[in-house]
Amino acid sequence: MSANFNLKHLLGIRELSVAQITYLLDTAETFRDVSKREIKKVPALRGRTVINLFFEPSTRTRTSFEIAAKRLSADAVNISVSTSSVSKGETLLDTARNLEAMAPDCIVIRHSSAGAPQHLARASNAAIVNAGDGSHEHPTQALLDALTIREHKGRIAGLKVAIIGDVLHSRVARSNIYLLSKLGASVSVAGPGTLVPPEFAELIESGVRVERRIEDALVDADVVMILRVQRERQTDAFVPSMREYAVHYGLQLRHLNLAAPDAIAMHPGPMNRGIEISSEIADGGRSLILEQVTNGVAVRMAVLYLLAGAGKSENGTKRNGKNATRGSSPTNRGPHAGSPRGVVDREGSAAKRTRNSKPETRN
Amino acid sequence: MRLLIANGYVIDPAQGINTGKSVFIEDGRVVGLLSHSDDVPEGCEVIDAVGLIVAPGFIDMHTHLREPGHEYKETIASGAASAVAGGFATVCAMPNTDPVNDSAAVTRFIIEQAENARLANVFPIGALTKNSAGTELAEMGEMKDAGIVAVSDDGRSVPSPGMMRRAMEYARGFDLPVIDHCEDKSLARGGVMHEGHWSLVLGLRGMPAAAEEVDALRDCALAELTGARLHLAHVSTRGAIEAVRRAKEKGLRVTCEVAPHHWTLTDAAVADYDTNTKMSPPLRSWDHIEAILAGLRDGTIDAIASDHAPHHADEKALEYDQAPSGITGLETAVGLAFDLVNQGVIDIERLVEVLATNPARILGLENRGTLGADAYADVTILDPSFQWTVDASRSKSKSRNTPFDGRVMTGAAVATIVAGRVVFLHPGFERLATSGKVLAKGGSR
Repeated sequence: MSANFNLKHLLGIRELSVAQITYLLDTAETFRDVSKREIKKVPALRGRTVINLFFEPSTRTRTSFEIAAKRLSADAVNISVSTSSVSKGETLLDTARNLEAMAPDCIVIRHSSAGAPQHLARASNAAIVNAGDGSHEHPTQALLDALTIREHKGRIAGLKVAIIGDVLHSRVARSNIYLLSKLGASVSVAGPGTLVPPEFAELIESGVRVERRIEDALVDADVVMILRVQRERQTDAFVPSMREYAVHYGLQLRHLNLAAPDAIAMHPGPMNRGIEISSEIADGGRSLILEQVTNGVAVRMAVLYLLAGAGKSENGTKRNGKNATRGSSPTNRGPHAGSPRGVVDREGSAAKRTRNSKPETRN
Repeated sequence: MRLLIANGYVIDPAQGINTGKSVFIEDGRVVGLLSHSDDVPEGCEVIDAVGLIVAPGFIDMHTHLREPGHEYKETIASGAASAVAGGFATVCAMPNTDPVNDSAAVTRFIIEQAENARLANVFPIGALTKNSAGTELAEMGEMKDAGIVAVSDDGRSVPSPGMMRRAMEYARGFDLPVIDHCEDKSLARGGVMHEGHWSLVLGLRGMPAAAEEVDALRDCALAELTGARLHLAHVSTRGAIEAVRRAKEKGLRVTCEVAPHHWTLTDAAVADYDTNTKMSPPLRSWDHIEAILAGLRDGTIDAIASDHAPHHADEKALEYDQAPSGITGLETAVGLAFDLVNQGVIDIERLVEVLATNPARILGLENRGTLGADAYADVTILDPSFQWTVDASRSKSKSRNTPFDGRVMTGAAVATIVAGRVVFLHPGFERLATSGKVLAKGGSR
């Protein structure tokens, strides 16, 4: 076990070290071969239980996690909850406690509320893997993207990466910005003004280039990442029409001529063909979209193996991102920069009473 | 019944007093201030406040007592107990109860419950519009007759400027201050924290400072148009404070308050998705805190108010964007205000001014917020050097939703006296209890 890999949960990329990221990618590389064998199974997680707890619809990510768990011989259970905790009547914490009582080794969670995995991690002994939380992070997507880039470019340091589209609502964009810049790439983002706030420039200390025109972001790019138009997150309320989006912000073949000659195109899926990406690019020679999916299984095998299996760090301390998210930002300063203690009242929040009513959100 | 709060240091900005005096109280009213060397008046019980500051009873302009309707969060009795434990002799109850306090019946109910509790004075604030829905005027006159001291649709700013104008004009007829929680809903867009660096990092929907600022500017323009008394609740942004500053320069009758969490914590505190950092207005960035501190220094900010907003632990244990906004504040406000004194932002006289003198003046509470002759004998006794630790589990509130649990404070309200009755003593200050024994004239002290 690498002394550098000391992680109880995978909640986001932001709090990971370069060594941890590299170790995850290296481990994923070794798992890639398993999927190429005739018998696609190794006994690494035999006897371990992985629960996929999905509060948002997902085919690709859930299937990818399920296949990853099964190829490691884990017992994988899928729970899809179409509604949020409020309308369902049971809180996320109560759901977590009930699952916890069945002693899973790992819970993979996707949820529409940013921070839901952190919430779960505070209440759970199982390893928590964030499979996408609101507009916050999607760490395994960024890892699989990095694995794909590394495979094709041989490196990440020094590359120019352009991320195009609805950056504001994108957890994929955030996780990729953190990961790629930690590994030495420079990142620029572009899209409609309503979906690419200028504050993204200071998301990370090394900075992000924020461009208004996608052409400016694409110049000499080695990697072009196209983000999904997320109609379920009301992307369409931020632009006049999908037609105009397609014309001004949809990636066409001609755009790729601005990028480096050997530029690669990526998309986290599912694609809206003809809106954010043209079929010529999606199906063309520069597209790595299906390889991303293949690498997704390898990355998720590595994550499950390292967090739930034999690779589990013995001295892995419970983290909730507290250390990594503090103190590094220019806005966290002065005598008033707050650091309240994480308050999770496990007793106090027990199901003394179930409230089905929508909580009032005013003070 | 006679009481002498002897040997303390009296700070009463309303009278311009800042000196060693004893406060002589009879039958729930202040008779006058005596010199330390004066004889103890005949038949007086004596509280020896040597080394302590004796101030007019603190007044919290902005409290959510949750009763009627949300008694599982707080009742008027538990809220009043929390108030006096935090040094507040008086609280003003915001109308967003269920039913909303938009009628004399609800107003009378609140006053009756407060009288039954016999702890803090409770002055209800009535709704500005019926059911705080922002469409029809509430019966302000009836409510004023029943005892309200101001009108507000707190938490739901009246969306239509035309309606707000009419409400301000109507309130002016009863000389009721209009209190507004400035938040333009179309800009706030259901945001759950301040829009800025941290909302981007955390992927949480942000509400921009401009959501507060456009409403503050609108309200100040309407104050100019109508001549109404306008009070902006818990201002938290540079722009809102600047709007108040300009309105005051113009001579408009505009005042504002600030809540302690807004200068104590930045939006960086949300980083762990702790729902006890979720409130409305949200925690802001350092730039806005600097503006708050400047406003406290230069007098633009008139009052400190707790915005005590209790919520049950079950509700706060939800996902960040699902949890309700608000934190408790009655028992931490004075301690956090002392932080300002300890950091040299304001002096202790100004602390008394923003917690007692000005709230009484803004709300027109006669004979309160001062220790002048004939004032109600509401007294807050302060120990500026007392060190204590916030322990949410021992709060008198029914709720525990505070981000300040475990915080070490220097400076506290150590005794609260309401109408001449000692209603709260901080643990360790039992010596301030009235003995029940009446001392003879000239008795030793």
